[in-house]
Amino acid sequence: MNNMLAIPKVNVKNMTDKEFFYGHKACAGCGGSIAVRLALKVLGERTFAALPAGCMSAVGFIYPQMAFNINALITTFPGAASMGSGIAVGAKAIGLKDFKTVVIAGDGGTADIGFQALSGMIDRNDDVLYICYDNEAYMNTGIQKSGLTPYGTKTTTTPTGKNLPGSVTHKKNLFEIIAAHDIAYAATASIGYPQDFINKVNKAKHTKGTSFIHVYASCPTGWGTPTETSVDIAKEAVDCGLIFLAEYENGEYKLNRNPKNFKSVNDYLAKQGRFKHMSDRDIEIVSSNRDKKWERMRKHWLQK
Amino acid sequence: MKNNKIFISGDEAVAVGVKLSRPHVIAAYPITPQTITVERLSDMVEAKELDAEYMHVESEHSAISATMGASAVGARTFTASSSQGLLYMTEGLHYCSGGRYPVVMMNANRSVALPWSIYGDQRDSLSLLDSGWIQVYVEDAQEALDMIIQAYKIAEHKDVLTPMMVNLDGFILTHTYELVDIPNQDEVDQFLPAFITPNKMSFEDPKNLGFSSKPDDNTEFKYQQNEAMFNAIPVLQDVDKEFGSKFGRTYHGMVEEYKCEDAEVVLVALGSVCGTVRVVIDNMRKAGKKVGLLKIRYMRPFPEAEVKALGKRVKAMGVIDKDISFGYEGTVYTNVNSALSKIDKHVFKQNFVGGLGGRDITKNEIEAMFNKLFLGISSEQEEKVEFFSLNVETNE
Ligand SMILES: Cc1ncc(C[n+]2csc(CCOP(=O)(O)OP(=O)(O)O)c2C)c(N)n1
Ligand code: SF4
Ligand SMILES: [Mg+2]
Repeated sequence: MNNMLAIPKVNVKNMTDKEFFYGHKACAGCGGSIAVRLALKVLGERTFAALPAGCMSAVGFIYPQMAFNINALITTFPGAASMGSGIAVGAKAIGLKDFKTVVIAGDGGTADIGFQALSGMIDRNDDVLYICYDNEAYMNTGIQKSGLTPYGTKTTTTPTGKNLPGSVTHKKNLFEIIAAHDIAYAATASIGYPQDFINKVNKAKHTKGTSFIHVYASCPTGWGTPTETSVDIAKEAVDCGLIFLAEYENGEYKLNRNPKNFKSVNDYLAKQGRFKHMSDRDIEIVSSNRDKKWERMRKHWLQK
Repeated sequence: MKNNKIFISGDEAVAVGVKLSRPHVIAAYPITPQTITVERLSDMVEAKELDAEYMHVESEHSAISATMGASAVGARTFTASSSQGLLYMTEGLHYCSGGRYPVVMMNANRSVALPWSIYGDQRDSLSLLDSGWIQVYVEDAQEALDMIIQAYKIAEHKDVLTPMMVNLDGFILTHTYELVDIPNQDEVDQFLPAFITPNKMSFEDPKNLGFSSKPDDNTEFKYQQNEAMFNAIPVLQDVDKEFGSKFGRTYHGMVEEYKCEDAEVVLVALGSVCGTVRVVIDNMRKAGKKVGLLKIRYMRPFPEAEVKALGKRVKAMGVIDKDISFGYEGTVYTNVNSALSKIDKHVFKQNFVGGLGGRDITKNEIEAMFNKLFLGISSEQEEKVEFFSLNVETNE
């Protein structure tokens, strides 16, 4: 593992003024675009970015208006990790040095259709940072359920009605599934905690081999939230314990935030159109799952 | 020119051709009957005879995605597949040609499930004619090796920048051994210089590639892609000539005519069956029959001019299809027919569908095809699609 103390810190004060994701057509308040913007500022000019189908590629590469001021391309939807790997391996093979390859994919592109390729990339330990911006549904195609859509969510393929409460499946444990590959570095983050996200991208940038960041990124359009609350709601998700901030390196898990008290899950859900219909019973299911998960994380992931 | 002949299989010949072409990145997923190629390439990389990165991808979809990624930074790339694997790549095949990434692939022609069959026919690649790849079909291991080297020079040409698939018949070519002349590395290096392209991502000139288009532009992109395919015709002819002058072997570009100068009746075929057709022609010619072979080498771009020119000279043409487009006819036949419809003359035609799932096509069967074509010019006969040597009853 790298000596992390030797890595130059990046923060709001010393971060570059240059914009690498600019002039795109994302909705106002798009959390995914905040994640992309911040990540690229940390990664800098000598970066190759590979994005599969999904909102960030859909809003960024509309010919002739190219929104990435660095090398970037759209990949096949299932092959983001493989195309990213190909870039990293190809660039090394032609003799390039001192560069980073980043894949930036949505939750569907990561946990569902692109998962096999991602698993293969981690297995090969190719020198790629994979960032999954998680807006908890297939937004680009109109808010359909993905493997990271939480229980009870109303999406266009998990409607609510007399017979269904919205999504009946729970979010996959993506971070742990990735960590189980014994990856060099993995982390979770939220755009509600931008400095934490920046630090993690910076750490991943200086990690040789595959690294992975799962960043929670709000979507006002798909979530039914006011555009100006995107950062707040992504913070609240962490504060109410439904999203956690953690890292995996050297074979160990680490919880980065371990709040004594959680903010109300009820309040967090009530603010979003996608959860408004939820019954008390379903909210109870969500809360008790949260508690079980935290019990497990606190037991195993807290450094002694 | 010194001869350096070794006894190798078609799969091994492909591996040697790849090695001589010095790719930077190889990404492939194993499938019978392509496996020997990727095993040999792995050996070559291990032994440092080949200075390339071998990527152990987890699927064919990733193989094509990875080669495109590497190609996007200007690396020379190779992949290989067959049958189910080739079909699993389909999204990437279109993506690759649209992105103008000059990836070179070997496809070991194999039947497509269901029913499962590991044996040869050409339904896999022929069903992908519209994916925008240059497709060449070879007849023996020597041609396979030589065409891999030529493929890079054609695909990477600035007026072409289109991926290319070198097809060889599963087992019949991939697993049989022949004496193959191995070109000298220095001469290959002179023939095939390093891949230089402006169509890549670099830090000197950063680019956004693989973008989306609006209805305003899409047709123009597809027009250019189609033009590039036509540009490939003179390029592949020049490359073949230059190859001939350097290595002493040429393959006659788009097609090869065998004994067609005075032929009345010709068979059209692709790949290894051409060898058998040649033998039948030699025998029938001894008996005074004016028969010939049109070996189609390139299915895309299609040799329309060559088919038309021959059509003007002959009375009947039969097309052997190791393939069927269900609900119509053999795909090679459809393509040949389309070209023949543009000449001002009627040629008697017949489609012979067979050799599916690895069944041999025998000399007797080929002779019978020629005889049917002769019958067609001497008497009123229906032009039809015939599954030859069927073991089941039909109402015909
Ligand atoms: C092979 C394939 N299947 C389906 C699609 C359609 N598609 C494009 S983007 C998308 C959803 C992407 O969802 P996600 O990865 O979560 O990203 P988001 O749009 O939410 O940012 C889908 C289903 C496609 N482009 N390719
Ligand atoms: S739909 Fe959501 S993720 Fe997509 S651009 Fe709009 S806000 Fe961003
Ligand atoms: Mg999503």
